[in-house]
Amino acid sequence: MKRRDFLKMAGSGAIIATSAGEVSARGNRPVSEEAVGMLFDATRCIGCRACVVRCKELNGMPPVTSEGAGMWDEAQELDARTLNIIKAYKGEDTQGQPEFSFIKRNCMHCVDPGCVSACPVSAMTKDPKTGIVDHHPDICMGCRNCVVACPYNIPKYEYNDAFGQIQKCRLCNQKGLERIDQGLLPGCAEVCPTGANIYGKRKDLLEEAKRRLSLKPGDEYHYPLNHLDSPFTAPAKVGEYQTHIFGEKEGGGTQVLLLAGVPFEKLGLPDLPERSYASMSETVQHTIYKGMFAPMTLLAGLLYVARRNTQDKTPDELD
Amino acid sequence: MSEYRILKRPLLTPVTLFFGVLAVIGLILLAKRFIFGLGSVTNLNDGYPWGIWVVYDIMIGTAFACGGYALALTVYIFNRGQYHPLVRPALLASLFGYGLGGLSAVIDMGRYWNAWQIINPWQQNFNAVMLEVALCITAYVTILIIEFLPAVLERFKLETWRRRLDRVLFIFIAIGVVLPTMHQSSLGSLLILFGQKVHPLWQAVEFLPLLALVSAVTMGFAIVIFEASLVSLKLTREPETHLFAGLGRIARWLLVAFLAFRFIDLTRRDAWGYAFDGSFEAFMFWAETALFILPVILLFRESRPVHSPGMGRGPILFLSGVCVLLAGALYRINGVLVGFNPGPGFHYFPSVEELLVTLGVIAMEVVGYLLVIKLFPVLPKPHPEIDHGKSAATSQAPAAQA
Repeated sequence: MKRRDFLKMAGSGAIIATSAGEVSARGNRPVSEEAVGMLFDATRCIGCRACVVRCKELNGMPPVTSEGAGMWDEAQELDARTLNIIKAYKGEDTQGQPEFSFIKRNCMHCVDPGCVSACPVSAMTKDPKTGIVDHHPDICMGCRNCVVACPYNIPKYEYNDAFGQIQKCRLCNQKGLERIDQGLLPGCAEVCPTGANIYGKRKDLLEEAKRRLSLKPGDEYHYPLNHLDSPFTAPAKVGEYQTHIFGEKEGGGTQVLLLAGVPFEKLGLPDLPERSYASMSETVQHTIYKGMFAPMTLLAGLLYVARRNTQDKTPDELD
Repeated sequence: MSEYRILKRPLLTPVTLFFGVLAVIGLILLAKRFIFGLGSVTNLNDGYPWGIWVVYDIMIGTAFACGGYALALTVYIFNRGQYHPLVRPALLASLFGYGLGGLSAVIDMGRYWNAWQIINPWQQNFNAVMLEVALCITAYVTILIIEFLPAVLERFKLETWRRRLDRVLFIFIAIGVVLPTMHQSSLGSLLILFGQKVHPLWQAVEFLPLLALVSAVTMGFAIVIFEASLVSLKLTREPETHLFAGLGRIARWLLVAFLAFRFIDLTRRDAWGYAFDGSFEAFMFWAETALFILPVILLFRESRPVHSPGMGRGPILFLSGVCVLLAGALYRINGVLVGFNPGPGFHYFPSVEELLVTLGVIAMEVVGYLLVIKLFPVLPKPHPEIDHGKSAATSQAPAAQA
């Protein structure tokens, strides 16, 4: 084959691939109507860590202890035994005034999760109704692409176990626990005494978050406890909010939403574009491989050329 | 007469023994990994779940193994028959590179007993770049075995089978070009999902597959030059410069293309600022870019009718090959490790044991390669234009044994 012919062929392949791309380019996944999640309001958190303890209890996770210390949990970071954690931030604001905040970290249950897109064997799944991001260790081959692909570093692999598995928050609805299916609350929402962490449908939680942002600092507000429709509320003075709901748009949106009095980047949350990385990755991948058309065209061309270039040779010239 | 010959040398030499010992050390450490878990050997952690095993053994290793791909393109697609004698040694190196790359993937898997799920149609996720990579690499190893079969059939004088295989070989050659095109580009696409964790100098998004593919093909040409130089220098003492000088001419245009795509991408994403912010990442970017530019200069000078005295063509080609290999390797290390930042509090540098496993894998490739060229007709026959009396005499000399 002449070089020019090949370039023509390759060029037309590229044109086919790119023009198909415009059709198949996918945006962020939509939020399911029934999607559930949590709203964490850092201005309400007192750092009691009841949610951390309850999470460990329900998920059968042992405490993380340091040598010589007592039998209490000392986890400093999320790890394969700590699926939910409260961290403290201490710093200065732009005027040099001291500021302080707690932050709860756990799986954000992304609307368009990178871990689900990355998993080659569908061991990471997103429930089509509740939107809960679940994991299936019996399928998982431990490639840890989900860990690399999670903007929040949530899935954790058990490196010190010959038969380790991926651990992550499954909103207490995994097989064997199924608290959401039974009408119960995720452990961390069930025990929160101040209403800092509440459970609900994502759309209602988003509405609640917007309502809180519209309140005047210093006014009294009745913060619902444990879940949005709770008959119990905690009356309190409204704090100073950052006018930003983390998770409304970040990386295509998350089902766990965050409100805080200090900027989120100071609380260790990444600065993410509105378009999910999953949608970017899948757009590129499906553009190239739409209907396997481009690879098949390439193969057909190569078959023709390779046959022509090998057929007039003696066997010894070949291999 | 075949163009290939079996290298008549003792199987066991100090070189094979040295690499054999390295391979055994690697295997012992692998036993430790399987008994006590990945954490007992590696420095992998919650922020850096992929380390040197993925980056070197799979991403760089399979790019180094693109020699068979590069030559198949040149010889069978662009019909440059003169490079045919280099095909078998390149295919053999590809087979080892890809075979051990696939093996490394299984070693690195935390739940390797579930690896078969990758071919379970009820579980396959066609949105996942990793699925395509895994399936393609598996398929390509099979194709490489078939493409290498003529050497085996020739060795055992199975002429009937040889003729049968020759009739359909073009099918495997064609598939053997499509598969690396697919998975080498996808190895780049994997980084799209890493999102903000990848430094802007390497997070090329839509350009990632193109950059990965072009650099891999270039590395394929470079490895052929590198290996052929080493073999002719150390084993046969017959310079094959006349054969791979032409490959250098192809490689330099590929390098120019790579650099052009790289710079277009940085410009379109407005990322040049990061190259001048004095950070460690900026330094590594320039180190990598220098390694890509240097062989371009060398290869364009080399092809001039009269080139600078002092350095012969062979050494210049060899040096260019080494530069390209280092450049491509650094591009991958930079994208996946150096420029990878999962957030504050996480650090990764491979442990000694982790590096020894990687060295062990490389050693297995070297030992395997040296054994196979002494058992099967792989290396090209001496070139008729070259004075044989001299080279034949030197190749008999015990000092040349490797």
